[in-house]
Amino acid sequence: MPMAPKEIEKLIRAAIPDADVVIRDLAGDGDHYAARVVSRSFEGMSRIRQHQAVYAALGGRVGGELHALQIETAVPQPETNQ
Amino acid sequence: MSDAQNRIADIVKKNDIVLFMKGTALFPQCGFSSRAVAILDRLGAPYQTVDVLQDPEIRTGIKEYSEWPTIPQLYVKGEFVGGSDIMMEMFESGELQQLLGAEA
Repeated sequence: MPMAPKEIEKLIRAAIPDADVVIRDLAGDGDHYAARVVSRSFEGMSRIRQHQAVYAALGGRVGGELHALQIETAVPQPETNQ
Repeated sequence: MSDAQNRIADIVKKNDIVLFMKGTALFPQCGFSSRAVAILDRLGAPYQTVDVLQDPEIRTGIKEYSEWPTIPQLYVKGEFVGGSDIMMEMFESGELQQLLGAEA
């Protein structure tokens, strides 16, 4: 069953409160999304652990009702004042 | 460990570079698996593939084994590397080339 991007965003934010989440609908069918998640909490975690944190936030939906979710994770870069 | 878990452990131990995927390297059955194969082909290192569509036990088992809900999954020297998104990121940064010991 398709999921709304807002719902995906809400679930990720609920588990990773400081996350900056951007969801893109890749195919326009409500079933293929890309999520970019930026969070301070990822600091010091391997990429696998970062992605696992996002999968965990979505509570088993990825691979099930959410067929395709491309994930990109990052730690926020300190802002430079120029 | 269940039978499937033992079989997976055996596969990743015996193959230096192995991709668990949907379909075969020649005929991938999913866009993400296709992307993973394209990356490995580009790097030119010899690799094995396991078609999880032919083996429901492995298909379910690999998700538990890696604690990772999606396929494809890449293993190098017994270590879980990630799915196609991580492979792409590592390819773009040059880390995957290094990991696979590829010339490129």
